[in-house]
Amino acid sequence: MLTNFMAWIDKRLPVTDAWNKHVAQYPAPKNFNFWYFFGSLAMLVLVNQILTGIWLTMSYEPSGDGAFASVEYIMRDVDYGWLLRYMHSTGASAFFIVVYMHMMRGLMYGSYQKPRELLWIFGMLIFLVLMAEAFMGYLLPWGNMSYWGAQVIISLFGAIPVIGDDLTLWIRGDYVISGATLNRFFALHVIAMPLVLVILVFLHILALHEVGSNNPEGTDVKKPKGSVPVEEQSKFTFHKQYTDKYDIVDAIPFHPYYSVKDIMGVAGFLILFCWVMFFAPEGGGYFMEAPNFEPANGLKTPEHIAPVWYFGPFYTILRVIPDKLLGAIGMFSAIIVLFLVPWFDRGVVKSVKYRSKLHLLNLIQFSVCFVVLGALGTLPATPLYNNIGIIATFGYFGFFVALWFYSKNEKCKPVPERVSH
Amino acid sequence: MKNLIKALAFGLVTLVSLSALASSGGANLDHANNDLTDKESLKNGFKTYINYCLGCHQLQYQRYNRTFKDLGIEEADGIENYMYTGEKSGDHITNTMPKKEAAKWFGTAPPDLTLEARLRSPDWIYTYLRSFYMDSERPFGVNNKVFKDVGMPHVLQDLQGVSSLDEHGNVTPAMGGSLTTEEYDIVVRDLTNFLEYVGEPSKLERESMGYNVLIFLFVFFIISYFLKKEYWKDVH
Repeated sequence: MLTNFMAWIDKRLPVTDAWNKHVAQYPAPKNFNFWYFFGSLAMLVLVNQILTGIWLTMSYEPSGDGAFASVEYIMRDVDYGWLLRYMHSTGASAFFIVVYMHMMRGLMYGSYQKPRELLWIFGMLIFLVLMAEAFMGYLLPWGNMSYWGAQVIISLFGAIPVIGDDLTLWIRGDYVISGATLNRFFALHVIAMPLVLVILVFLHILALHEVGSNNPEGTDVKKPKGSVPVEEQSKFTFHKQYTDKYDIVDAIPFHPYYSVKDIMGVAGFLILFCWVMFFAPEGGGYFMEAPNFEPANGLKTPEHIAPVWYFGPFYTILRVIPDKLLGAIGMFSAIIVLFLVPWFDRGVVKSVKYRSKLHLLNLIQFSVCFVVLGALGTLPATPLYNNIGIIATFGYFGFFVALWFYSKNEKCKPVPERVSH
Repeated sequence: MKNLIKALAFGLVTLVSLSALASSGGANLDHANNDLTDKESLKNGFKTYINYCLGCHQLQYQRYNRTFKDLGIEEADGIENYMYTGEKSGDHITNTMPKKEAAKWFGTAPPDLTLEARLRSPDWIYTYLRSFYMDSERPFGVNNKVFKDVGMPHVLQDLQGVSSLDEHGNVTPAMGGSLTTEEYDIVVRDLTNFLEYVGEPSKLERESMGYNVLIFLFVFFIISYFLKKEYWKDVH
């Protein structure tokens, strides 16, 4: 019965074939480590955001007069509304945590290098859209920090010469942030951005499966056809799209091996996630900022306007550069250089395991600078913090410059042909 | 496994340093030591709020009947003893103070206090209500150590009495109130407790659900660990 049904479907739409190609017979290197959980976790959080978002939309009122009250209505009068809201707000921060870890993984193991440049670029586009999505979502509770945070970020566009003022007016739809801004941010947050995000994630995975997954060793599990004796090839069944062109070594089918492993990762992640969500949903004032518990008020500036923590690194770069236009350029460059990593890195060895000590140190200093920049972004600007911020900004950009110079003739260790498990 | 430990250690160091940075601020506030399970305290706080605060400060997002239910007050008892102005029990806890006029009287309209405990923290409220002192420069004759030049009078003055500032700038013990210092602290603490409840009425439900969810997830994690191990037996 079921077999007949699937045969009927498969004649009309290659469902079984797609399932095999991308899941049940997709050759994944067998040596994925801890860092490889974050891709599937990002998908989990995306689904969480979309589902809880749909239910929140049912009770939320996108208007300057009603938004704040409707959020409290969700918190008090809607059955389990508080749970939906906390899942969504904690999910927003969790999204950035897993995405930052996922990106760090890419940097560590050279997953952006040829032939995975486009895969990396799709990932970076996802990151960019995610930031826009989060920024617009943060305005919706219409708290005072929502208001002033948006005010500060939108005013950045005003630094652009000639068109700046008109551009900010166009973004806001008003001379100040108002109900008009809230309405358009709502539209973009619930429809436009999620749609783009889902399409980009789809492309990201398609591109991944076209070139194949990298692994902590940075070796290739797809060898030229006929180069590996049959007894040394992986004994599992893989889709013919892969085996027609390559001999597969050291790989296992994604399902069931990585599906069961990722379920374990999901369980571990959910323990941390639920611990925060149920016992500290404000995340120590980082996931939900205190001034957001009073309604937006254009006449009352919060004592210390801080962006949400996940924008911290970029906000600090903006702030430590004294000129507004240069600051904005610096902030956007910080994202652009990430897009260009595949071309800054002129090396051929992928994994940090087999690259020079210098590269390891460069990666470490980069992550330290990134974390320091993030922490500074949530703190008030003092001369000391400002100086630390300048040093960390140099460290951040220095990573890419140094990488370009030393990667050309880098002294690397020999990379083994095969994966050791 | 080694990588996992490294990653966890890295995350832990980051968290610790971030929270060290975060906790470096903050004024010296006294601890309210709230207990949201103490229904008597919450009821007392509710009563104090209705009698002394509601005239100016609304709780416009909180409903009477929800409060009755959560605090264990019978509906009839609640309508009789906690509602004075003829609303329905499903109504929000509001007052009829005209906002524009109020802004003229006090310099600014008295804010809604539903979320005050989340905006400023319960300890802040607890300390604030015990930090009024005489200051003849101010329109109502009082100022506040925690909230400088606050627009409101010391509404609980009859209970607490009058304090002043000593030469070190500390608030002296209050004199001449109808309550002793200890009694007054309990009244304020109950009020703070109530405001913490109102800030997030589902907090207790959230935490109790949290324990169940975490227990489930721990079991689920262990099962998924062994499931993974079983499946991975044939991977060499």
